[in-house]
Formats: sequence, C-alpha cells, structure tokens
Amino acid sequence: MDNGEGNRNGVAAPACGITPVPEGAIQEICEKYGSDKHRMLDILREVQDRYRCIAPTTMDRIASHTGLTRIEVEGVASFYSFLSLAPKGRITIRLCDDIVDRYCGLEDVTKAFEEVLGIQVGQTSGDGAFSLEHTPCIGMCDQAPAAMINDVVLTNLTPESARTAAEALVAGHSPEQLISERFSSLSPYERATRMVDNNVRHAGEVLLGPVPEEAGLSKAASITAAQIISAVEESGLRGCGGAGFTTGRKWRFAAAERSEKSFVICNADEGEPGTFKDRVLLTERPHLLFEGMTIAARAVGANEGILYLRGEYVYLREHLEQVLEERRRRGLLGKEILGTKRFDFDIRIQMGAGAYICGEEGALISSCEGLPGEPKTRPPFPVNRGYLGYPTVVNNVETFCHAARILDKGAKWFHDMGTEGSHGTKLFSVCGDCLNPGIYELPYGHSVWELLEMVGGQDAAAVQVGGPSGTMIARDSFHRKLTFDDLATGGAIIVFNGQRNILEIVDYYMSFFVHESCGYCTPCRVGNVFLQKAIQKFRKGQANPEDIDYLKDLSGTIIETSRCGLGMTSPNPVLSTLQNFPLVYSAMTKPSKDGIRDTFDIQSAIDGARKIAKRRSYIFDKDFTQ
Amino acid sequence: MSGTKKETGFSFTIDGVEVTAYAGQTIMEAADEAGVYIPRLCDHEGLRHQGSCRVCTVKAGGRSVSACTQPAAPGQAVENETPHLNKMRRDLVEMLFHEGNHLCPICEASGKCELQAMAYRLDMTEATKFPYLEPCRALDASHPDIALDTNRCISCGRCIRASQDVDGKGIFGYVGRGIHRRVAVNGANLADTDAEVTDHAISKEVCPVGCIIRKRIGFVTPIGEREFDKGLIGHDIEEKRK
Ligand code: SF4
Ligand code: SF4
Ligand code: SF4
Ligand code: FES
Repeated sequence: MDNGEGNRNGVAAPACGITPVPEGAIQEICEKYGSDKHRMLDILREVQDRYRCIAPTTMDRIASHTGLTRIEVEGVASFYSFLSLAPKGRITIRLCDDIVDRYCGLEDVTKAFEEVLGIQVGQTSGDGAFSLEHTPCIGMCDQAPAAMINDVVLTNLTPESARTAAEALVAGHSPEQLISERFSSLSPYERATRMVDNNVRHAGEVLLGPVPEEAGLSKAASITAAQIISAVEESGLRGCGGAGFTTGRKWRFAAAERSEKSFVICNADEGEPGTFKDRVLLTERPHLLFEGMTIAARAVGANEGILYLRGEYVYLREHLEQVLEERRRRGLLGKEILGTKRFDFDIRIQMGAGAYICGEEGALISSCEGLPGEPKTRPPFPVNRGYLGYPTVVNNVETFCHAARILDKGAKWFHDMGTEGSHGTKLFSVCGDCLNPGIYELPYGHSVWELLEMVGGQDAAAVQVGGPSGTMIARDSFHRKLTFDDLATGGAIIVFNGQRNILEIVDYYMSFFVHESCGYCTPCRVGNVFLQKAIQKFRKGQANPEDIDYLKDLSGTIIETSRCGLGMTSPNPVLSTLQNFPLVYSAMTKPSKDGIRDTFDIQSAIDGARKIAKRRSYIFDKDFTQ
Repeated sequence: MSGTKKETGFSFTIDGVEVTAYAGQTIMEAADEAGVYIPRLCDHEGLRHQGSCRVCTVKAGGRSVSACTQPAAPGQAVENETPHLNKMRRDLVEMLFHEGNHLCPICEASGKCELQAMAYRLDMTEATKFPYLEPCRALDASHPDIALDTNRCISCGRCIRASQDVDGKGIFGYVGRGIHRRVAVNGANLADTDAEVTDHAISKEVCPVGCIIRKRIGFVTPIGEREFDKGLIGHDIEEKRK
C-alpha cells in the first residue's frame, strides 16, 4: 500500500494537454447540463473524455459556470478513479486487476501491453497517446482477464491477443476497430454482445426464462398504488444487492412520505468483485428493468427516475439509451403511461466514474447529486429524504426486474419459490476455478456443493460467497445453503482450487477495500490500511501468534465504529478466513522466544543505514564477505 | 422558552443517568446540556455535525452509533463510559496519530490540542501497536498571517464547515478519497485564497490540532497555563453536573 499523497499541496498537477482547453468549449459542456451543479459528474466526465484530464484552470472555469468554488469541483474530480487531474493518454487502457484476472494470466497480459506500448502500468506515453493502468473488478470475472480500452471492453485476453490489440492501437486503429471493422454499423446491442459474452448457463423461471412484454406494467396500471405495494410485500421479495431489505416495506415508507416530488433510482453499480449478474440483466432484460422501475414509480408516486450505471459499464450506455427511447415512443415512459391518467414517469441515465462505494445507497445518491460519492448520515433515510432531499426509492437492477415479474404472475407464485425467508429466485454469478463460469438463476436454498456440481467446480478448496464483503468458506462448509439466513449473497460466487494462496486472496481483497474506502470516517480510512499491512506481515512470515488477536481486535473496531456498510464488512475477508482456514494463519506465525523476536530481521532493519554509512556492523553482520 | 421546551421534552438514559432531550436533538447535544461528556473530535459547537471521526461512538439500543449525529429517542438506554467503548475510542485516536505526523514536544498546539488531550483522557499511555504511515505533506506558508501544516491534520473538517457556513467563504475542502483524502484549499495555495486571519475558520477554536497556525503568535502561552493543563478534556461539560 503506498501512502503517497495525491497531487495536492505537493507535486503540482501538470497542465492539461498541449494546448489549453478553450473557454468556449467548457462553457458549452456546462450549458449542455444546464450549468447545474448537480450534474457535475456528467460535466467532468465529458471534459475528461474530450480533453483527457481536468486541469486546474478548467476546474476554475467549471466552478464559475456552475456557481461552485474551485475546491468543490476539485473534491469531485479527485474522488472518482476515471477522472484525472493529470493528463491521460488519448487511449487509456485499464486492465482489470481482480484476483480472478490475476489467476487467469493478468501478469503476462500486462507484460504484453507494456512491451508493445513501451510504458509501464501507471504511466502515460510521452506523446500522450496511451495510458496503461490497473483497475479493480470491471464485472467480467467470467471472461478474465479483461480490459477497458476507453469505452470498449476486451475479454478473455491472452498474451497473444493482448499483443495483437496493442499493436493495432499503435498502428492507429481505434479501440472500436478492435471489436469490428464495421463497428459503427452495428446496433448498440450487437456492439455490447460482441464485446462481452453473457454466459447464461441456467435460466430460471423468473428473470432469464421467457418473459412476456409489459405484462407486469399493464397490471400495475390497472390497480392502485396500495395494491402494487401489497403485492410486492406479500411476495416476500428482498433487495438483491446484498443487504436484503424487504422491497415492499421500502416502497411503503416512500409512498407514505408527503412530498411534492419523489424519485426512483436503480442501482446499477454492481462493483463487488465477482459480481456480474446486473451486467447480464442490463444487456438481456433492459425492458424488464425499466418496467420494474416504472411500476415502482407508480407505487410511490414518483415522476422521475435515474439509472445509475457504473462507469465500467459505459459500453452498455447506448444500448440502454436506445431502449429508453423506444419505451418513450411506445408510451411506456413519459406522460400518461399506457394512457393512464396522472401516471407520468421518465428515466435518465447517470454514469458513474469508477467508485465502488457508489453502490452504497447514500453514496449513490450523493453521486447522482454531483458530489463526491460519500455515504450520507442516517437518519434521515433515503425513503424519507434522499435525492435532493426528496423521498427516494433505491433498488438494485435484479430487484426491479423481480418486481415486474411479481406484478405479472402474482405474489403467491413468487412466494412459493425458494425457502422460508428467502423467496423467489436469485442470479448467481460464478467465476474462478470452475469449468462453466457464468450466470445461474436458481431458487434460493441450494447448497454451495449443489452449485459447485452445476458449475463444474468440484475440486474447489475454498469458495468466496458474496464477494470480499461476504464469507470465504472451506470444504467442510460446502453443505451450507445459499439463503439470507445462512450464506447471504448479492450473487457473487468465486471458486478457488487448492493451488490458490488464501492469504494472497485476503491481501488482494484488503487492498480493494483500501482503494475503495471513501475516506470519510477514521476506522475505515485508516484501519483498513493497518489490516492490510498486518496481513502482509503474515504473508512474509513475520507474524507472531499474538498478531492473530491483533487482527481480530482491529477488525472488531473497524466493524463497530465505521459509518457505512463498506467499513462494517471490509474486515470480513480476514475474519472469515481466520475462522474457516485457521491453519493457514498458524502455519505462518512463529512464536518469539526469550523476548527476542524471531520475526525481527535486524539485517534488513539496518540495511539502509549501512549503505549510507558505507560500513558494516561488527555486531550484527553475520557475513563479512558481502 | 424553557417552559415550552419542557412540555415537548422526553427522557432517556446515558449509563443509567436520566437525561432530558427535545425532539430533533442528537444524543450528544442532550448529553452536553445534562453535563455528560461524550468524547469527540470532529464535532464542534456552532458547526454542522459531520460524524466522521467516530470517537463519539456510543451504544444506543444495543447498536453502535455516532452520538453527534444520532437523534435522541425516548426511553433509549445509551452506553457511553464503558471500557469497551473507551477502548475503541482509543483505537480511533491512535489511528489518527499514526495516520499523520505528530511530534507533540515540538508542536505549537501542545497543551491546547484536542487530539493530545483525548489521548490523555482515554489513557493512551503505552506504545501503540499500529504501524506509522509517515506521510509527507508540504507545508503551506504562502499566506502572510497563516500557515497550514497538514501533517497533523486529522481530517475533522471543522475548518471546512467553519469557513463555508460561518465565514461564508469556502476556503477549505476535501480532495481525494480513501487514505488519500485530504484537506486542501480553494486555490493553488493559501495566499491564493481570500483567507484572513480574522476568519472563524482560522481562529484557535476551530482546528483541534496544530494544523492551522497563526503566524507570529506561536508558543505564547507558557506551560502550565495552556488549555488542557488545567483538567481533562471535557471537564467543562462535566462540571455542569456538579
Ligand atoms: S465506512 Fe468507509 S466507505 Fe463508509 S463512510 Fe466510512 S470511510 Fe466511507
Ligand atoms: S497536533 Fe496535537 S497530537 Fe499532533 S503533534 Fe501537535 S500537540 Fe501533538
Ligand atoms: S486542518 Fe484542522 S480543522 Fe481542518 S480538517 Fe485538519 S485538523 Fe480539522
Ligand atoms: S464527534 Fe461524532 S463522529 Fe466525530
């Protein structure tokens, strides 16, 4: 973990590009978004796309056009990974650095890019043509290693295909040409599916089987808001993002608020490493999703909706815009939907810009408001005071899709599937060491073992259920059930075979949380850094038995004092492996004897001083031939 | 005024002591009025609540919450001075020490520094077990009357809120995220902003540590007469109960 301080109050950010960004261009971009400070993320994204960075002078101008201070603009610009204060290459290559990508050959793929482009990861080429970077999970774990090249996604990379792609880019081809020579004549859906496979391995009854068009919405238009809410409540549907709050209750709270306006927001920011189920729904079931949002809008009386799409899924944007346009044309969005009086609703897409924390409800709302993606203080809850202070329903992509189906087929139909407390089906995104990574739609209640048999992962030694914030289990727990009451999960199932190093996985997951913490509160901002450092001590074989207590103790403080779900779950990789793989830790600890720490290496401790002094220590240097 | 307040007031307990609160009050506000001190660093009288240092963590109805943002609720049982909570608070204070660079003996704020005082109050008497992050942040001495040394900054954001909400200026703000999240100024450096030494944000009350420094008045208070030479942090609140 580097603790290099950003480029503030230290190294000045270099000026943007070669020529300064023309004042008129900035004004034009700001005006496109009504010079509305709440659209700051859109403004900054567009500046970044066009000019490859957000320079200090640009921030000054954006500030004056939107009525903000420069530091407020900088607060947003410096928060999101995809925005940059220093110039990026005209083509920015982001290699997905998830643990699964690492195990699928990321290192060699990275080398291939580095060799052809002549730059290292983290660098921008001298002529400003290329930047090469690593980025956390981009939602392609079933086809790793994957990369984003500007807005284009490449999957299943090998050193050879990476080399070919890099050479084509150097020869002047556009990223789009890597996908198809006739990219521009493809439909947005074709483009998306050429880049990314959906890998639907098992279609269930609710979401991925045959779905009649708008059946749920027509039903919703014919009944009252209260009846819609009751149906969703009776179905037992719970949020599919991970937390599992009862959807009907959420809608009921929002509907009960007296307010001139309210909002429906879809959380399409799945960023949990190993999760990619929403990607598949967004590609294959966008109508069902928008149908579900429209039903929610009728239930709570909202007129405006937002689809918050994670920056990594920008390749789906046009596809989704096209579907929205089609729905407007067909009277499924806009004024008097399906000819129903006072049923007006429309949806806009808000792009994220590379920040996992924006999957947290409050942070997602902050981001939609044009602020840094920081969670909000609760109470008030979003259903009472959310987006711009109005009652807001935030649900996950899968949840909205379920809701639309429930309206069509009835609460009982859904309630009868799954188990007590976990009704209906769930999309599992499976990746890692198995034969058939991809999406499985199954009723709740299957055991991990059953799922492993389906996916061809029988030789698994460890399974990460629910991504890093979930639980890592060993073979002796594979009988456990995938339900809210046993192994709750937002959908991610990552399979690891016996060759994988558990501590390496934990180290990676901690680095993920360190990178993605918003930094608002002390325990998460600082504590996770300490936790990762402690794990690295274990990995190096420098830990004492007491360090196990230290891990537990520190984890406890982080969990109990953190402000939002990220910090409340970030120590889980450590705690669940301590619990389920205790031998891995004890094998790496050495007891200290006679008060001398075996784990303290005096040689390396004095090495720096020794070099400066150009002298050896007669007391400590064992080997005088060096 | 107190007459009407009494009518709408309700009571709850903090460590078994009954405390009166009014609708809309946070646990900490009610505690302060009742003379019960809850440790804090980012919260400060007259400023909007932020809830970021987490030193004020209490248990309310069995859940751990930040007392500075959590509304008081009728009948609620709040735990404050327990060994468990104080241990966690000490962990948080230690984290803040280790995140920045703190050399109390040569620091201008010694004796009036809330971080240092909180360490005393929470018995941070032993060598800490956390690693030092030893950041390297440049000193901003560009302004004629003010210096900014963020090596000691604990990211409490009090300067940000004071400047924005009290001074109406917005001189400070956060940039970056995660461990890189920092307080920065609205311009290339302090001299580039409209900061004045008379701003509330610059007053000695606002920055709890030795970060925002007023030039030419360093070390004026002799040892023995500094704010926390007289008593533990929080004693002024606790005295209200006696
Ligand atoms: S727990 Fe982490 S992500 Fe959540 S508010 Fe605190 S610092 Fe931010
Ligand atoms: S700011 Fe406070 S804790 Fe830090 S060095 Fe100064 S006196 Fe010590
Ligand atoms: S400069 Fe001082 S007041 Fe401002 S955030 Fe840092 S410690 Fe708090
Ligand atoms: S005082 Fe409550 S979180 Fe800082």
